[in-house]
Amino acid sequence: MPSDLLKLEGVHTRIGQYHILHGVDFAVPRGELTMLLGRNGAGKTTTLRTIMGLWRASAGRIELEGRDIAQLDTPAVAGLGIGYVPEAMGIFAGLTVRENLLLAARNGPLDAARLEWIFRYFEALKKFWHLPAGNLSGGQKQMLAISRAIVEPRKLVLVDEPTKGLAPSIINNLIAAFAELKKTGTTILMVEQNFHVARSLGDSVAVMDSGRIVHAGRMAQLAADQALQNRLLGLSLEAQQ
Amino acid sequence: MKAERFDLIPFVLLAAATLGALALIRTPSTWVTLTVAGLAMGLLIFIMASGLTLVFGLMDVMNFAHGLFIAVGAYVAVTAMKLFGGTLAALAPALLATMLMAGALGLVFERVIIRPVYGQHLKQILITTGGMIVAEQLIHVLWGPDLLPLPRPEPLRGALLFGDVAIERFRLGAVLLGVLIFVAMALTLNRTKLGLLIRAGVENKEMVEAMGYRIRRLFVGVFVAGSALAGLGGALWGMYQEAVTVHIGAQMMVLIFIVIIIGGLGSVTGCFVGALLVGLVANYVGYLAPKVALGSNILLMVIILLWRPQGLYPVGKS
Amino acid sequence: MIRAVLSGDLPRSRLLSFLLIAIFVSLALAPFLFPGTRSLDVAARVCVFILLVASYDLLLGYTGIVSFAHTMFFGIGGYGIGIAMARMDPTWSAIAVGTAAAILVSLALSFVIGLFSLRVKAIFFAMITLAVASFFAILASQLSDFTGGEDGITFKVPEALRVRVTTYYVVFGASLALFLALLRVVNSPFGRVLLAIRENDFRTEALGYRTVVYRTIANCLGAVVATLAGALYALWLRYTGPNTTLDFSIMIDILLMVVIGGMGTMYGAVIGATLFVVAQNYLQDAMKLVSGAMKGVPLLPELFHPDRWLLWLGVLFVISVYYFPTGIVGYLRRR
Repeated sequence: MPSDLLKLEGVHTRIGQYHILHGVDFAVPRGELTMLLGRNGAGKTTTLRTIMGLWRASAGRIELEGRDIAQLDTPAVAGLGIGYVPEAMGIFAGLTVRENLLLAARNGPLDAARLEWIFRYFEALKKFWHLPAGNLSGGQKQMLAISRAIVEPRKLVLVDEPTKGLAPSIINNLIAAFAELKKTGTTILMVEQNFHVARSLGDSVAVMDSGRIVHAGRMAQLAADQALQNRLLGLSLEAQQ
Repeated sequence: MKAERFDLIPFVLLAAATLGALALIRTPSTWVTLTVAGLAMGLLIFIMASGLTLVFGLMDVMNFAHGLFIAVGAYVAVTAMKLFGGTLAALAPALLATMLMAGALGLVFERVIIRPVYGQHLKQILITTGGMIVAEQLIHVLWGPDLLPLPRPEPLRGALLFGDVAIERFRLGAVLLGVLIFVAMALTLNRTKLGLLIRAGVENKEMVEAMGYRIRRLFVGVFVAGSALAGLGGALWGMYQEAVTVHIGAQMMVLIFIVIIIGGLGSVTGCFVGALLVGLVANYVGYLAPKVALGSNILLMVIILLWRPQGLYPVGKS
Repeated sequence: MIRAVLSGDLPRSRLLSFLLIAIFVSLALAPFLFPGTRSLDVAARVCVFILLVASYDLLLGYTGIVSFAHTMFFGIGGYGIGIAMARMDPTWSAIAVGTAAAILVSLALSFVIGLFSLRVKAIFFAMITLAVASFFAILASQLSDFTGGEDGITFKVPEALRVRVTTYYVVFGASLALFLALLRVVNSPFGRVLLAIRENDFRTEALGYRTVVYRTIANCLGAVVATLAGALYALWLRYTGPNTTLDFSIMIDILLMVVIGGMGTMYGAVIGATLFVVAQNYLQDAMKLVSGAMKGVPLLPELFHPDRWLLWLGVLFVISVYYFPTGIVGYLRRR
């Protein structure tokens, strides 16, 4: 579809002797939030890492606005305007919050308006501005990681399990922030295990199992279909809240 | 290097060592001489070691041939000083030539020897050790096996007298230069984007790349800078000893390893404190208990590792 | 029968077998094939270094541990004999006491080092062993009352060993026996676990093998054999000192021998040690000729100066690590 920002076709990824992705096919529509769901070990993180070039796809195409980026190295992929929030957050503990954001702002000084926005949703970052990021709590680190990915306009933001291990109040905070972010027109591809979060934020959804996409479609449709959820995710909507 | 409450304990330890030495040595004039000597030696070791620890922190590459740049630096200095007349005016161009040669060698070395063995630690250790052997032999070929004198320029000879205390001019100069270099490094690391990149890269290379930076180029730059500094350190050390032998590189390597282990692999601050500790301890113990002097630094390393197994300033790797 | 003696680890290459047999015969019949003090000395050195390098191969080639402290154990063996023979009457019991004491010290040290090696990364470990080895060398030269300092210890040997040829066969026999024992070890289930650890220690640990234990045992075994090699060397030289055992250049030599010969093969130690010791003694004569012939040409005479033989071996070493990681033995086996 012409409105797809990102398209994966037949992507295989091998790590050592392990064949993890077995021909992944799905699309990420522009301006929407696409949820990538699936059980543990389904290959969701591997998919994000492959898009990012951290792991090289052994076969298949990854098209960003029509251009194949599958064989580009990581800095090149990032340079095309893709932001990445890894599962482990990847914040630099020895650098201050300010320095973490400075580094993320490749194309110039920190934009005041953006910072305003970030501080509104993530107050803690303002408080810890000149302190080493290692002092932040888990939730605050996650806020920093997300802020880094959006401190400059990005075409696409890849987010890996942002709510993992966080308290419900913080999760709600994050949901609000992402919802707001969507309004700015940023395309987001998010991996989540928490179906409540997925349902709140997702516009389209792709479900993975054993390195393949087993379902792709609209989130609203999946959310309404209990039986489908049970089959794909082995759980019901209620149970994940 | 910035922290909520900057860990000052190692600096306190440093101060304690100097004061403790004063208590043991008792004569202030001797203590001052030894302290200046210790600081000079320590700072020179810092200059030589800082590149190595950063390279390791940044790319997980331990160059066992680092001593080669030190040796080349010393030998180039011998030739350069002779060429430029051996005066004070000759010092700056000679040292510059040293740094250029050592840096250029570093560039070649990284491309030819190190790059093919990224990530393979076993091969790295073997190959850099092998490179060291070959390089030492080549130095023999180019400069001969004999001890070569490296005299200090006239104005830097002798000592300044402050009452009872005699402080060698050269040592004072070395201390000043060393402090200058440390301050320059600290400013670069803490106040520039380049420094930001290096500090972030030491913690998490992958994330820095995912943010769009080509960390490989950064690494080559750091490696070359480290090699140039090692060359400078070698030249200055040669002048400190006033003679240069082929083994200068290997001799310093053991001390340098001790320093970077004490300091914490990847930490420049740690390297600084570690180097000063090693320099001071070597001089104090050399005076107080000469028999133990040679082994004292290894004992120091063991003691510090028992207290902080990752070194004085462990680098937190994500 | 040969299979049993070699513990099933056959050379697997005709050329290699030929070389090994040639070396074996030359060493076994050295006093008769190469009469003269110098050649017998070379032969004895070859025996000792085959053993020393084989013990290092156990660590490097089979377990994947890079240690720069191996010469320390070599030295402990030498000093054990030296000190015992100098302080007690030079009898066989003195030899026994010296060897036993040396083995105990080596066991203790290698045990500690082995435990330490698991808590730290390989590079860190290598650096620490370097520091430990230099510390030991400093101790040996400083505690001169005990160790004879820089000059070392010269001592007399028991009656039977006063005859060169007898001593030679003691050295040869012991080296042979210990080498075959090492072959037995690396071809046992224990040896296979070591190889697994070298390939992927995480995986091996996950499979249920406590890598700590295996590494420590390998460390200790390697150290003990090196100690015995040191003892044999001291008996041959009737001397022990920092230059013959503890010098870092010897550590470098061992590295050269094991890599050029072929890591993880044991036979690599045989080939590597023979090549090296022979080169050390005879190549220099050849180089002198070449260097002399090149007089007048800039630089070239220096490059071929007999003292620069290490340059060429160093180049060979670097090339081996890159292109022939399995050394000469590996290369021969693949043809």
